[in-house]
Amino acid sequence: MSRQTPSQTVGPYFAYALTPEAYGRRGIASPVLVSAATRGPRIRIEGRLLDGDSAPVADALIEIWQANAEGRYRHPADARQDKAIDQAFSGFGRTATDAQGLFRFETIKPGRVPGLGNALQAPHIGVIVFARGMNSHVYTRLYFGDEGAANAEDPVLSTVDPSRRGTLVAIRQEGSGTTTLYRFDICLQGTDETVFFDA
Amino acid sequence: MTAELPFRPRDWSVHPPYLTEAYRSTLRRSPSKALVPLRQTLSEITGPLYGHEAVAEIDADLLRNGAQGGEPIGQRIVVTGRVLDEEGRPVPDCLVEIWQANACGRYIHTADPHRAPLDPNFFGAGRFVTDSEGRYRFRTIRPGAYPWGNHDNAWRPAHIHFSLFGPSFVTRLVTQMYFPDDPLMEIDPIFNAIPDPAARRRLVAAFSLDVTEPATALGYVFDIVLRGRLATPRES
Repeated sequence: MSRQTPSQTVGPYFAYALTPEAYGRRGIASPVLVSAATRGPRIRIEGRLLDGDSAPVADALIEIWQANAEGRYRHPADARQDKAIDQAFSGFGRTATDAQGLFRFETIKPGRVPGLGNALQAPHIGVIVFARGMNSHVYTRLYFGDEGAANAEDPVLSTVDPSRRGTLVAIRQEGSGTTTLYRFDICLQGTDETVFFDA
Repeated sequence: MTAELPFRPRDWSVHPPYLTEAYRSTLRRSPSKALVPLRQTLSEITGPLYGHEAVAEIDADLLRNGAQGGEPIGQRIVVTGRVLDEEGRPVPDCLVEIWQANACGRYIHTADPHRAPLDPNFFGAGRFVTDSEGRYRFRTIRPGAYPWGNHDNAWRPAHIHFSLFGPSFVTRLVTQMYFPDDPLMEIDPIFNAIPDPAARRRLVAAFSLDVTEPATALGYVFDIVLRGRLATPRES
């Protein structure tokens, strides 16, 4: 058995390589996961990444991974034939925070996927954050505030201290038109610290 | 089906902890609360996949992919290795992205304040999708060390940043590759954030005369080990 290669910080200068649009190049992914052909209800996720002083983290890399609107992952490990793959949706997004620590993704609301014991999980999106000052990345999940019933029976949320569950829930913003806007701030440290998982 | 097996846990005996005070920016960016264990579901054992169509040949050649009529200055090197899992199995079709400073230790990133010159023929980023043996190969120049503001007279050792996906979202890894015999490593708070000396040494590339191309470029080998799989399926 070999041992895992250790992590190191992504550092402050990843953008020209990983999110290079500002340098006139195309990255392998972007914060826009949808095209005209993508199926499902359009959503926008906006939030700020904050540090232990509640200061914006302006040099972070954020990535998301999610199922399609039917709840199927675009990956061979999800071989469920009763849920269709959406050829116009990969499920992966990547962005960098701006000078105010803001990030934004345009995607669709994922369908529910089974968890352990085949119990359905509430709709959720996997989120990874990398930044200067982070020796390893953090991993968390985004749940939806308008899915109260599903969230109440979610097997992963149930393992989280009830006083901290709110940090994982994106709040629907009203009046956003045909694309539903959800607000999801991520706090790396402090009293409002987001729950991070060891997955 | 191997694809449905869960992954071995992250090995926290090798990974650096979030808070390492000598690396000052970890003071406000490290979670203060314990991670919550999460038993892997479909959400964790799936992840983005990139085939060979996602990259072009020139993406792996940093001597050419930023060139504007000339060649970059610096010691030319070939960096190659295999992406493996803990069981020693190759990880094929793994997207590897790299980025680095130029030979003067200057990044093209607009936020780099270091007053060393830019190289008009060097962009400093590349991509590769590993072959069936898990192998990747880049051509580039050896990056210079660069000063940073962590402490007085602080210099990062020469390094190349690596970002890898692996088979799933949870095998995602970002790390740095270092060069042998660089005196800056042992006084670098980022390198030393890794508590175990044997684990630190695995980030140091090995000079290889076999990989060295005569009259052209020195060769370095750097293998990367990602999380392996558990033998038994998830509870179904």
